[in-house]
Amino acid sequence: MSNASDENDWTKPAAMAIPKGGFFPDKVEEGRYGPMFPKTPACYGFSVLAKVKPGREQVVRDYGKSIEAAVKADPSVLAPLQLHYLRWVLFDVGSGMHFMYQGIFDTDFDKYLEDALEIFLKTGINTVFTNLEGFPEDWKTNLPAVIKFFREHQCPSFLEYGEYPYVSADEVKKALRVKAALSQMLDQMQ
Amino acid sequence: MLEFEDIQHILLTRAPALTGRYEFLSFKDPTGARAWLAEILPKVQSAKAMRESVNAEKRWITIAFTWNGLRALGVDEVTLATFPQEFRDGMVARAKMLGDTGANAPQHWVDKTGSPDLHAIAILFARDATERGRCAVDHANLIAECKGVEVLSSLDLEATPPYEYAHDHFGYRDRLSQPSIEGSGDEPTPGSGAPLKAGEFILGYPDESGVVPLLPKPDVLSRNGSFMAYRRLEQHVGKFRNFLREHGKTPEGQELLAAKLMGRWRSGAPLVLAPDKDDPALGADPRRNNDFNYKDQDPQGYAVPLGSHIRRMNPRDTAASMNRHRMMRRGATYGTHLPEGAADDDTERGIAAFVICASLIRQFEFAQNVWVNDKNFHKLGNERDPIIGAQDGTLEYKIPKRPIRRTIVGLPTFTSVRGGAYFFVPGLKALCWLAALGKTS
Repeated sequence: MSNASDENDWTKPAAMAIPKGGFFPDKVEEGRYGPMFPKTPACYGFSVLAKVKPGREQVVRDYGKSIEAAVKADPSVLAPLQLHYLRWVLFDVGSGMHFMYQGIFDTDFDKYLEDALEIFLKTGINTVFTNLEGFPEDWKTNLPAVIKFFREHQCPSFLEYGEYPYVSADEVKKALRVKAALSQMLDQMQ
Repeated sequence: MLEFEDIQHILLTRAPALTGRYEFLSFKDPTGARAWLAEILPKVQSAKAMRESVNAEKRWITIAFTWNGLRALGVDEVTLATFPQEFRDGMVARAKMLGDTGANAPQHWVDKTGSPDLHAIAILFARDATERGRCAVDHANLIAECKGVEVLSSLDLEATPPYEYAHDHFGYRDRLSQPSIEGSGDEPTPGSGAPLKAGEFILGYPDESGVVPLLPKPDVLSRNGSFMAYRRLEQHVGKFRNFLREHGKTPEGQELLAAKLMGRWRSGAPLVLAPDKDDPALGADPRRNNDFNYKDQDPQGYAVPLGSHIRRMNPRDTAASMNRHRMMRRGATYGTHLPEGAADDDTERGIAAFVICASLIRQFEFAQNVWVNDKNFHKLGNERDPIIGAQDGTLEYKIPKRPIRRTIVGLPTFTSVRGGAYFFVPGLKALCWLAALGKTS
């Protein structure tokens, strides 16, 4: 759930410093799986970090190609997640290979994960996350355990910024559609 | 194959009842509690028994327990820990997330269902008031014989006139959109979608994900059971009618406004199919009254506003993974009918409903949290469900209309939460297992 009152002025860039732990103590909203991570000028999102199981780096890397192919085959396959951007990163700073999953989206954290798991189950894509240490073996039958894994591996931002704050991907697309229609209309009037 | 002889009838059937009674029970003594259960157990009909005897029968009984109730019956801690977190927490602990705050908060509930001493519910659906009275006396006599079993509160159900069809106190026709379960023998009405996998509503079967989800243990306890959210919702009928009069200039305008809040005319006719004028014949026709969708037929909400009750409770083809969030609804109205033109009196009246689902967190709580009370549902920004949402007088309601939409600011509270709880509805074998707990241990 979001509060619309201070989210109306997209013309005014906004930054938000977030307390350690990821929540504003006086404004915590209860979600179904625990406190909800707040909406910021950069919308909802997360940065999930987890260690890759030994020898699985290539499997994880190949999964990028699977997602690319799935979106090419059906551009709406990830639509339920209401994403702006996804970034998947593999890195090793000396403590073993780690996977970072950063997403910026318009739905809340828990719903994103629920929807993502539904997509994995529905499309039959085996999830990349089974290659991560600590990911529940029974993920197909135990959604709460999956969400617990993600909540535990989420590294909350301490600063988020939006050049056009709080604007949803839908609104961006709507504005671009209006621009395209207007441009077409002006062409017709030449 | 569904085990109809083991599944409590409420999961699969709707009793042809005009009245009924809910009794909320507390157990002070496990032996007495199990004695009560053993005595009432033969009266609890399975879906099979109910179907076979429906024409001859006059009353139908369902038994369900809270998590505290299972403990009070003598269920051990290891078993109790296998139940899902949200059921263990109970509805009171989940109140903030459900939107049950302010006047709707559990401390204001009137039926003691918010108490940790709530352990069980006995649901009676009866053909008429005489049968209800007879059963109430029988049950009172049984309770008097069972040590430590107490009635925390009770609620008598009353259908509201006219009795020919089910409707709520606001006048809206009810029971129009209900999912059907694969293998149940029920055919979905046109527009209701394909039958859903049984595991969405009954434990122990594959659900729409294709697998059997993790279940409470042992299997004998969970198999053929389900979870059930109880909601006692008071309907402020006078306030609702005043609102229609205030915002609708003519009787036709008031009817249209009532329809815009719900998404259907009070006759049941869906606005998608009858956008400008009521069509009572359509509303009463189950072959047609649910046969519509939104993505193609009403994407902007010109017929059914994006924030209306039926869009929020069942977004149909505009929600992701819709089949994972369906719910089975049961229940009835309570309280006397408020005649048209009468002011609100001091009588409480409303809907005492059950939402039955295999996962409270994925189905009932999802609907309540993500659909009913999310101010930004469909990017609306500042709205909640106009009928059952947590309204505080600061929210609005937008009715798309050409050329300019209509916005009503400061929507009043038409419905208040007066009670609620989470129950587990065991199968009949599980009820036997529970009744025999003292003997086995």
